[in-house]
Amino acid sequence: MATTTVPKQIGARVRRKEDPRLITGASTYTDDLKLPGMAYCTVLRSPHAHARIASIDTSGAEATKGVLRVVTGRDVQEAIGGLPVAHKIEGLLEPPHRVLAIDEVRYVGDGVAAVVAEDPSTARDALERIEVEYEELEAVVDVEKAAAGGPFVHEELGTNVAFTFPFEAGDVDGAFQDAPVVLRQRIVNQRQIPFAVEPRAVAARFDRGHRKLEIWSSTQIPHLLRTQLSVMLGIPEHSVRVIAPEVGGGFGSKLNVYAEEALVGHLARELGRPVKWTATRTEGFQATIHGRDQLADVEIAASEDGVLHGMRVKLLQDLGAYHQLLTPVIPTLTVLMLPGAYRLRNLQVELKGVFTDKTPTDAYRGAGRPEANFIIERVLDLIADATGIDPIEVRRRNFFPADAFPADTCTGLTYDSGNYQAAVDLLLETVDYDALRREQAQRRERGELMGIGVACYVEICGLGPSAALPAGGWEACTLEVRRTGRVVVKTGVSPHGQGEETTFSQIVADALGVGLNDVEIAHGDTDYVPEGIGTFGSRAQAVGGAALSMALEDVRDKSRKIAGHLLEADPEDVVFDEGKLHIRGAPDRAVGFQDVVTAAYMADDLPEGVEPGLASTRFFEPSNFTFPFGVHLCVVDIDPDTGEPSIRRYVAVDDCGNVINPMIVDGQIHGGVAQAIAQSLYEQAVYDADGQLVTGSLMDYAVPRASYLPSYELRRTTTPTPVNPLGAKGVGEAGTIAGNPCVMNAVVDAVSHLGIRHVDMPATPEKLWRIITERD
Amino acid sequence: MLPSAFDYVVPDSLEEAVRALTEGPDARALAGGQSLLPLLKLRLARPARLVDLRRLDGLRYVRKVDGGVAVGGLTPHAEVAGSTLLVGGGRALAEAAAAIGDVQVRNRGTFGGSLAHADPSADLPAAVLALEATLLAHGPDGEREIRAGDFFLGPFATALRPGELLVGARMEIPEGSRGAYVKLRHKASGFALVGVAAVLEMDGSTCRRARLTVTGTGGRPLRLEETEEALAGLSLEDGRAVREACSGAGEVLEDVHDDLHGSAEYRRAMTSVMATRAVLRAVG
Ligand SMILES: Cc1cc2nc3c(=O)[nH]c(=O)nc-3n(C[C@H](O)[C@H](O)[C@H](O)COP(=O)(O)OP(=O)(O)OC[C@H]3O[C@@H](n4cnc5c(N)ncnc54)[C@H](O)[C@@H]3O)c2cc1C
Repeated sequence: MATTTVPKQIGARVRRKEDPRLITGASTYTDDLKLPGMAYCTVLRSPHAHARIASIDTSGAEATKGVLRVVTGRDVQEAIGGLPVAHKIEGLLEPPHRVLAIDEVRYVGDGVAAVVAEDPSTARDALERIEVEYEELEAVVDVEKAAAGGPFVHEELGTNVAFTFPFEAGDVDGAFQDAPVVLRQRIVNQRQIPFAVEPRAVAARFDRGHRKLEIWSSTQIPHLLRTQLSVMLGIPEHSVRVIAPEVGGGFGSKLNVYAEEALVGHLARELGRPVKWTATRTEGFQATIHGRDQLADVEIAASEDGVLHGMRVKLLQDLGAYHQLLTPVIPTLTVLMLPGAYRLRNLQVELKGVFTDKTPTDAYRGAGRPEANFIIERVLDLIADATGIDPIEVRRRNFFPADAFPADTCTGLTYDSGNYQAAVDLLLETVDYDALRREQAQRRERGELMGIGVACYVEICGLGPSAALPAGGWEACTLEVRRTGRVVVKTGVSPHGQGEETTFSQIVADALGVGLNDVEIAHGDTDYVPEGIGTFGSRAQAVGGAALSMALEDVRDKSRKIAGHLLEADPEDVVFDEGKLHIRGAPDRAVGFQDVVTAAYMADDLPEGVEPGLASTRFFEPSNFTFPFGVHLCVVDIDPDTGEPSIRRYVAVDDCGNVINPMIVDGQIHGGVAQAIAQSLYEQAVYDADGQLVTGSLMDYAVPRASYLPSYELRRTTTPTPVNPLGAKGVGEAGTIAGNPCVMNAVVDAVSHLGIRHVDMPATPEKLWRIITERD
Repeated sequence: MLPSAFDYVVPDSLEEAVRALTEGPDARALAGGQSLLPLLKLRLARPARLVDLRRLDGLRYVRKVDGGVAVGGLTPHAEVAGSTLLVGGGRALAEAAAAIGDVQVRNRGTFGGSLAHADPSADLPAAVLALEATLLAHGPDGEREIRAGDFFLGPFATALRPGELLVGARMEIPEGSRGAYVKLRHKASGFALVGVAAVLEMDGSTCRRARLTVTGTGGRPLRLEETEEALAGLSLEDGRAVREACSGAGEVLEDVHDDLHGSAEYRRAMTSVMATRAVLRAVG
């Protein structure tokens, strides 16, 4: 663009504008809301994994002073529709999923009844006065047994297999025939519990005058929630307003439509009073979606030069007891991304989604892609081990070469842009790899355990073309320049920690020559920002930012026309500078941006054919996903006495295309890698044989603390995407996707001389201690 | 996460507190609240009355007494951890207090609260047992002394009688003694999967008498007597000999916890490792 000035804000490490408000307690979260006449809701949950409800007696609760309403599944059956699942999977079995269970409960935490009372304590007390008689049924806990036969989570289905998703590309049998290297490995992605510091919370108010339902929810997707609540509650969508105030983390767990959102909306409408529900920490563990829980049996065909020729993968996805919004979709992303950064041509996958009596699984940071990358990056290390070729060299031999882009994968994707060799080159400039290998050999002689792990990744971001998604893949932006010169950006990508208020302000500042504080980013209120899809799948910048760029282009064009008119010059010759517009080459022939804004609203001296006002609304529809990539390396030491692993060094080379704010991108990598380390070494949701969640609190579920984590050395290459005008690809999940295999490859490497080829996550001290003592 | 209803009183004196605890049924003392509040919120405890001890400032001290140190029942962990009086063998107690939870927990949680709560994985019980402390209880019948060895009866069970408060402890710190506490942290809770306290009386580099205790492996903290004997008379400069002496520390333990977070076998093995480390740290 001839008129673009040198970017000043884009690419700068600008401090987050939203932070002062967030860290001084000056912001409002859903649970902070106190509306006049507000009543409080609590939910009674099943203590059993699988049971028939013989009877429910709510009379004790109803008789409690201060209790306004007690409802069971039957009571709301007519008024509230089932919970939605958005998918494009052929033949998917969709058993009913009610906001409160009817006749049968299917996981510990399944909602059974709800109480609304004048205050939270009374509501909590009343829960204990509801008497439920359960007849316990056999719990379906083991996913392999569940896939093989009964008992069934949903008896009426006659199977636990909700869907099968077969995939085949190339000549897989041919690849295995005569392959000199054939390997088999079971690779498990254990169940995890997303942990947002702010638990879920919902408040609702029904405006009887306007017959309008207002819902405040700690959600990543106010707009999709609005649509689904309209369907569930039978209220026209235009009569539902969803507000996502400040949202304290989501990681995918708030990319959903939950029972309580509809329930609280219904109760507020029915009682004519505002109602609020806030999850307890226990409900956060039991009744908010879980992540991962995928079991893969992998067969590998490779040649002696380390080239991967074919893979057969049997995937079992534990769905939990019901479908939540995207439950069955997540493992299909695993299938798509199995080739990783490599030219794999022959791939056969048999994916089964299986119901069990556990909390439903759904999107958790990375959502299907960490699973895929863990598999393929373990596979590359297994090939390296079997062929005796260095893991980095094996990767180089399998990469898509830099001139292959746009590159087609055997799973039907087209990688937009990339240069995987360059990322590895930068890694090797940063780390003296050979010296690390020498050190490892010396330490081994002394009986010490040191491992070096490398993992590449390609991730699918910027979700995505509407045709490829179950509920739209576009994003909308309205840009309004107010009379005072204030620039208001209304965006559909409602952030919950991503920092868009800052990055979007940077984009506006450069485009219009205004200051960062002249820009206001509005989001998370469907009345104020009526259209959007939401923040997930590393899409906010790549899709939402792109919509902003389009709207900015409109406003710039119009501003130039007005400025050209005021300066009696050709608009084509007008350029934006700090706070003003001037004629190219003649900085003195200028008008202030505010003058242009004033002219746009005074409208008494506008050029011919130019409407008053200065605003634009644009929708961006991406033509493709974006595919960021990179390579991570870490060094792990294992204490030979206790088995405790510790990460000594972690180096990440990431390429997410053009970077708006390097500090925020760094932060996303830090957080992403932290969650990968969490899965690799610490976190695991465990159910016992009866389907009880044994790790149902922070006493048992090991969310890592800051002190467990290393400091990160971050490097970047920049390969812009052609898919959107910003050239930005997305980075929210990269660290999580790269990190698991990176850490686990290092762990395996540390004990490989003991004959170990694979270690299951999490690599707990005891697990490693057993390996060490048993092989000693 | 809301407790059931309770009465709440804040007495101004120890006598008043004891009265408030014995007047009606089901009264519970509240000190730092770091163990009690979670129990209340989960409704695992439903006392009829809470007696908040926060005004009993006189029970908040670490002070020198004849031949040793005394610690008040309401002294926060942070003050125990930072006390300059806890030197030599007393390091076992300071390090145990420093190993508790995080800064917030150490600032609020109290010495007496931790001992009275008697969590089988808590850190302080191991230290007071290794120091052979004398615990001071104050109840309706006045004050009495309980030896640390007689105090811990089992998981969450102590020798305190109804209405009795743990007001403090006194421990001897032998001249020239050395002490340390090390623990293998449970990754989720931060409590001890295995924690070992060591108090060593030394003749130069030779150990005259060793007192070693372990927490986290069973229902209550235990003395590791065989290891204590193996260490007596040993030169502790010889790391290999220390390791050898401690190698059987875990094997002799009975009824070792066996759960999701650690098998009995692992806890036994780690007892030996932590014992070795505690001894080497004490003399290091
Ligand atoms: C996040 C977290 C992490 C923690 N980590 C650790 C850890 O790593 N290691 C560890 O050892 N502990 C840990 N704790 C527990 C902590 O040490 C508690 O402070 C301690 O166990 C209880 O002390 P308190 O003063 O808070 O007692 P409270 O919680 O107030 O009371 C606990 C119990 O003791 C009774 N009680 C309190 N004071 C007295 C008294 N003077 N006399 C008689 N009875 C009394 C109460 O009635 C109650 O039954 C942790 C706690 C938290 C919240």
